[in-house]
Parts: sequence; C-alpha cells; structure tokens
Amino acid sequence: MTNYLEFEKPLAEIEGKAEELRALARANEGTDVEKEASALDKKAAEMLVQLYGDLTPWRKCQVARHPDRPHCKDYIDALFTQYTPLAGDRNFADDHAVMGGLARLDGTPVMVIGHEKGHDTKTRIERNFGMARPEGYRKAIRLMDMADRFGLPVVTLVDTPGAYPGKGAEERGQSEAIARSTQMCLSIKVPLVSVIIGEGGSGGAVAFATANRVAMLEHSIYSVISPEGCASILWKDAEKMREAAEALRLTAQNLKELGVCDRIIKEPVGGAHRHKAESIAAVGKAIQIMLAEMQGNSGVEMRDARRKKYLGLGSRGLAA
Amino acid sequence: MNWISNYVRPRINSIFSRREVPENLWSKCDECGTMLFHRELSNNLNVCTNCGHHMYISPRDRFAALFDGGIFTEVEVPEPTADPLHFRDQKRYPDRMKASQKNTGEKDAMLVGEGEIGRTPIVAAAQDFSFMGGSMSMYVGNAIIAAAERAVMKKCPLILFSAAGGARMQEGILALMQMPRTTIAVEMLKEAGLPYIVVLTHPTTGGVTASYAMLGDVHIAEPNALICFAGPRVIEQTIREKLPEGFQRAEYLLDHGMLDRVTPRTDMRDELITIARMLLGLGTVISGELPAPEAEAAPTKDAKE
Ligand SMILES: [Zn+2]
Repeated sequence: MTNYLEFEKPLAEIEGKAEELRALARANEGTDVEKEASALDKKAAEMLVQLYGDLTPWRKCQVARHPDRPHCKDYIDALFTQYTPLAGDRNFADDHAVMGGLARLDGTPVMVIGHEKGHDTKTRIERNFGMARPEGYRKAIRLMDMADRFGLPVVTLVDTPGAYPGKGAEERGQSEAIARSTQMCLSIKVPLVSVIIGEGGSGGAVAFATANRVAMLEHSIYSVISPEGCASILWKDAEKMREAAEALRLTAQNLKELGVCDRIIKEPVGGAHRHKAESIAAVGKAIQIMLAEMQGNSGVEMRDARRKKYLGLGSRGLAA
Repeated sequence: MNWISNYVRPRINSIFSRREVPENLWSKCDECGTMLFHRELSNNLNVCTNCGHHMYISPRDRFAALFDGGIFTEVEVPEPTADPLHFRDQKRYPDRMKASQKNTGEKDAMLVGEGEIGRTPIVAAAQDFSFMGGSMSMYVGNAIIAAAERAVMKKCPLILFSAAGGARMQEGILALMQMPRTTIAVEMLKEAGLPYIVVLTHPTTGGVTASYAMLGDVHIAEPNALICFAGPRVIEQTIREKLPEGFQRAEYLLDHGMLDRVTPRTDMRDELITIARMLLGLGTVISGELPAPEAEAAPTKDAKE
C-alpha cells in the first residue's frame, strides 16, 4: 500500500482508479480493462514526473519526512557488512534514537553513526521518532573518539526532526552534549562524511553533520528550524509553513548554492520512498566517492580542511 | 535631559524610553515592581536594589563596568554578507536589521572589546539580547572568531557573555552553521592553552547554548538566568506536563552539573579577575575600583567613549 502525501492526491486518484479496474477484471472473468488501465498508468507516471520535477520547498519537507522513506537502519543493513552495534554512553543510558557501531563498507572497517526514526508505531516510539537525547550524542562522541584513535573513517547518516525537547534531556545537558559532539566532529583526524537522508533538524543534525563532505539526497532538507516552528514565530501562524519553508532555503539545491552541501544525490522519480533499493545504492556510491576524494590526505590535513570549510561559512549568500 | 547625560548613557536612556517611564528617570523592576531611580539602577549594573533581579544590560555598559577604568578598545569584526538568503517574512530582513541597528546603535548582536580587568589583559565578547533577541548570525560568528583570534594573538583569556534566543532564522542554515564555526573559535583558544570563560546571562537558549556557550573552561551564570536548549514552552507542549519551579534557571543548572557557579553581576568582575589570574598562573591583584591603565598601556587607537 502506498502512503500518499497531500500533494499527491490527484496521483492517488488515478492510481486508485487503475487498481480498481484491475480488481474488477479479476472478479469478472473475460472483462478486458488492460487498455484503459494502462492508459491510467501512463497518465500517473507522467504526473509523477511532473510533480517530482518541480517540488516546492514545503513539498520537499513532506517527502523528506515521508514515513516510507528509507531510514538509517535500511541504509546500514543494505550498504554495510558485519555491522556491530556499539551501545551506550557509559554514563546514563543507550539512546535508541541513535544507531552506531563498527561496520565494513566494501570491506573497509568504518564507524557508522546515524539517527533512526523507526518505521511503525512500535519502532517509532522505541526510536523516539529519531529525536536524540544527550545519551545519543554522547554515544556518538564516544564512537567518533574511538574511530579517531583507531584510524577508522566515520560515516554519519542524518535524519532527525531535532534533538528531543524533554525535561530529562534538558537536565542531563542536551546543549552540552550537542556542543561536544560538534566539537568532536571538528577534532577527529580521520575522514568524516555525512549524508542527510531525510530531515536535518537544527542543532541535532549539526552534531553529526559537521563533516569533511556533506551530501544530501535530492529531496532531503536541512534547516535551522522547522518551517512550522519558523512560521509560528515569524508569521505568528503555524499554517504559514509553506512561506517559511520557502524563505528558509532549506532544500538540498539551496544548500549546495550556499556551500553547506557538497553533493546532491539524485533520487529516482517519485522520491526515495518509491524506489528504496535504488536510492540506498546511490547513497552508498556517494559515500564511496566522498571517502575516495580524501584518500592519501593525512589526519591533520583532513581535520584542518574540515575546520577551514566551516570557517568559510561566514561570508556566503545566494546570488543577488 | 541635557546633552551630557544623553552622551554618557545613551543606551540606558533608550531602555527607559521604551518602557515609557515618564521623564526617563525611574524604572520599574519587572520582578518586584519597585520604582528605581535610574542612576541608582545603572550604578548597580541594572540589578534591582530591592530584590536583586537582574535586568538587561547593554554590552557597552557591561564593558564600561568590566574593564579597568571603563576603558576598552573595540575589536573589529569582519562584515558578513548582508541578507544572505533574501529573507522576507512579514517584514524584510534588511528592514528588521535597520530597525535593530537604529534602536541599539550597534551593528549586530555581539560586541567585542579588549582591555584589562584588574590589570589582566583580556578580550571580552558580549551578546546583545536587545538586538533581534541576541540571535546568532554570521556577524555573531565572525565576532566570536575575531575575539578568539585576538585573544590568541595577545595570548590572553577570552571572556564571553552569552545572551540569545538561539540562531537567527532570517539567516537560515548559515546561522546554524555558526555552531561549528564558533566551536572552531573555542578550539583555537583551547589549542593555544588560553582560558575561555563563559558568563551565561538571561536568556541563553537554543543553538547558542548548544555551541560556544557550553564549551567554556569555566561556566558562570547570572542569578535566575534562563539557560536551555529547548525552551520551557516547547517542552511543556511536548511532554504535556507542568515543569518544576525554577526549571532551566541558573540555580537549577548549577544543581544539575552544567555550571560551575552562579554569581551576581555586581560581584562578577572581581570573580572573573580572580579566576582568570589563577588560570594564567598570575599573582593576586588588589581588587576593587582601579584607575584606568597607565597611558602607555592604555589602548589609544579606536578607543570608544
Ligand atoms: Zn526588584
């Protein structure tokens, strides 16, 4: 079953009609509906190309948050071998919103870390919808530090609405944990590559995505605040999220222009949620390319290049 | 109002006029409601003399009270791209900027100065909550980097007074990118072996807390300052329960291990001198009012006020 987004309603109607016709044919032998159904399929395919060829920023937000979009776990399962999760922050708990551990990427050992949102009610609750608590960031800090000491490249997969705004999270130092995680990203002397696979929600994303190379899936987003949050503050009306999404310049395309994103990974027509395997493979290829780009660089060079890249983000802007 | 008082205390006066106090002579404490005579209040660094409530103080007034003899040299901050996203909500971002600049007399939400405190050379940076909620912009990032570079060059500590509602939405992702940028500034100090002291003032929230404000060697907060990542309103909406009394206030954070100290503004200067000198391995200094540094030591170029 397809989960349609609000803007896909006309598409849902056509695809539904085609399906209905075919169901009718199955129920009544001898009824030939294939010609009609195929025409509808063709119309739907054209509509999909048209819809996804020109997604507004707000529609991209919806695609980026699509429940069927491949999540961190899907990428880890498909792209890495011998994934060995390493749990806990050695302090308080293990945060299930953050996955992380040793794994092999095309045979090479790496440290992989990412936000996991979950795919159904049970796993979403278990994963806290991908909203990490301080323990999650502290686990990531521990793993990045370990990778640094053992010379393993770090791959981060970013997909979070933001850090969890909870009482305990605040009491245990959410701010400090995020700040230290970003600091760790900037200190390690191994390659650090990051892919925004869905939502890059504010500081909770920065803590993982301060990388040598940041790639974004074509319909992923990365923003200082959610469009809804921005709308309710600046427009005093959360319903103005379309305007806010537009103004915030949160799409992969905008971020590439602003120098925050280094590479856009193309999604198949209709988005990553319609063609999971293909999208996951494209991300895998991008990770390989980004890591290869740094081959031969010394640890200090990679750390310094990372710092230089971020220091440079004080004089950027869109073309006039 | 004569021209001299207007010249000496322009910022204080503008606060008074915004609060619509007749004749700009009296201010009402937002906490206890006591009417406070303006000179008495500014002499007490905008801390209520009745209840100890800490009110807003501008970076310039803070520096005037912090540096020996009130003398400091402003450290130049590289100008970032103006309106990098061509942002427009109900107002255009350049218009909001102009209004804030007119209102505060400052370029943006961070002032950087260098000088001496208790004869100890330092660089100080102070965030201005009255400038678009102190929000972290590319300028603020540039200011912190300039402050750190200056401190490294002079081999002296950086003392940073934070105050912000978070990152500046009108600069979108580029505001967010000031989290890693300012973290690099902190790394510069760390690698140079120089003290980085953060004074967290009311309020310090969001991306600011989650970067340079929580990475100090020493964290000191002003009493009752709100310090958090997510604001109390957001948390209440998420967890659907009332938060405990004093939640996310300085004293609560002290209790939860996030701060070293909570210190009243009026004692802050002496405490900063004491801590900075010990971290630098310097001898004690006679505390209290000190005259301006001697002529040859005093910064003369670009000295303000
Ligand atoms: Zn009072």
